[in-house]
Amino acid sequence: MKVATVAVVLACAGFGSAFVAPGSKMVMTAEGGVSRRQAIQTGAATVTATGLAFLTNSVPARAEDGPYVLPDLPYAYEALEPHIDAATMKFHHDKHHLAYITNANKAVAGKEAVSILDLQKGAIKAGVRNAGGGHYNHSLFWTTLAPAADSGKPSAALTMAIDASFGSFDAMKEKFGAAAAGVFGSGWAWLGVTKDGKLDITTTPNQDNPLMEGAACTAMIPILGLDVWEHAYYLKYQNRRPEYIAAFWNVVNWAKVSEYYEQYALKQEGVPVQG
Amino acid sequence: MFARLSARTVRPLAQQAKLLSAGRTALASQATLPELGYGYKDLEPYIDGQIMEIHHSKHHNTYVTNLNAAMTKLADAEAKGDVGAIVQLQGAIKFNGGGHINHSIFWKNLAPTSAGGGKLECGSLKDAIDSQFGSLDGLKEKLSAAAVGVQGSGWGWLAYDKVACKLAIATTANQDPLEPTTGMVPLLGIDVWEHAYYLQYKNVRPSYVKEIFNVINWKDVECRYEAAKK
Repeated sequence: MKVATVAVVLACAGFGSAFVAPGSKMVMTAEGGVSRRQAIQTGAATVTATGLAFLTNSVPARAEDGPYVLPDLPYAYEALEPHIDAATMKFHHDKHHLAYITNANKAVAGKEAVSILDLQKGAIKAGVRNAGGGHYNHSLFWTTLAPAADSGKPSAALTMAIDASFGSFDAMKEKFGAAAAGVFGSGWAWLGVTKDGKLDITTTPNQDNPLMEGAACTAMIPILGLDVWEHAYYLKYQNRRPEYIAAFWNVVNWAKVSEYYEQYALKQEGVPVQG
Repeated sequence: MFARLSARTVRPLAQQAKLLSAGRTALASQATLPELGYGYKDLEPYIDGQIMEIHHSKHHNTYVTNLNAAMTKLADAEAKGDVGAIVQLQGAIKFNGGGHINHSIFWKNLAPTSAGGGKLECGSLKDAIDSQFGSLDGLKEKLSAAAVGVQGSGWGWLAYDKVACKLAIATTANQDPLEPTTGMVPLLGIDVWEHAYYLQYKNVRPSYVKEIFNVINWKDVECRYEAAKK
């Protein structure tokens, strides 16, 4: 049995990163082991190479030939129903987000790999605002959503900050909603912490985000973003973007957003993401 | 010989004239949603009836409604001499006005196959295309690449460059209208906003762009070309 195949078997059985095929790129999980996805990819590559391609039928097609990978959704595709439909989640994650990653990997090929967070600051200058921004924005986005039953509410600290900056939670939602509805074309609306430590709301076009130097928006550390590209809502809401925005509030993961606020944004650090 | 009007008379008269003219401007510039000229389902299977209906009766209609609202506010701001308000309205006018202009061209650029959609007949346009792009396929390749390559929302265009006196491929972002922003005359536009194809083609924009050539009203494109050359 080839070393790589042994690695797949061991990794899948939870034995971690004892063996990794030479030349493959390590993707560190939070626990420090090789991710299961990486092991499967390596295994798939090995299987294909040995002419046993039929065995890869159950492995979803990936094109992550590079440092960036598609993070798993923290919930099932249908978990955000009826607010965000399963078909949208599937296409959005499996197709759109993956395409940004594929392009980001192409763009950084041959260069020293940096985390997707670290790529953001110089992304415009480096010509990776679309692919690199798209990867970061979506990686952050998935983590800030949760099934409605788990949506919760902002922490005490975040609530205080929202009240201080906007007057009330409802006032913040109204301002954010208006910003999101008012984006002409594709883009994002953001809630984040500005340099003076206060919460503010801004929007960016296409796949820009407020971490990027040169982005035409208020500079801030984003803790919550809403994708208003039509692909984010069209299957269910068609042209009715305001309905999508209203529905979005039902599936915000406030525990995560609060964590981002307290652990990163308040310290003027960008939120790190998987992938 | 000429009666001298006192300053006290001139100012109110001037204001009245401004208001009248603004009112005329507001009325004259009320945009209306143009008819398609074919049924919503008539471009199937290349473009779904559901897409055509939402695209025309919702998206384009909204541009028209919002354009008219912005133009009314503009007339009011002009009458008051409120430059700040005039400046503030520019974004909405560019977006909604552009959306109205672009879609009005788009519906005419399309035709059911039963009405000749997809067929480029011999004529001045075909000659120009063959001369500049080698063939219709050569044009399709370049225009498709441009349209597919638009990042975010926008349009791919076959245009007439009046300065160079030749056909050109161009793209515009969002609803920027081609001629007011570049000087080039739009002949054929391919809408690559996701609303133009998502319900049918999902993320596969290249398939939509490939299929739309089956329903291009090349007669309309040629008319525009002839008019642009003058």
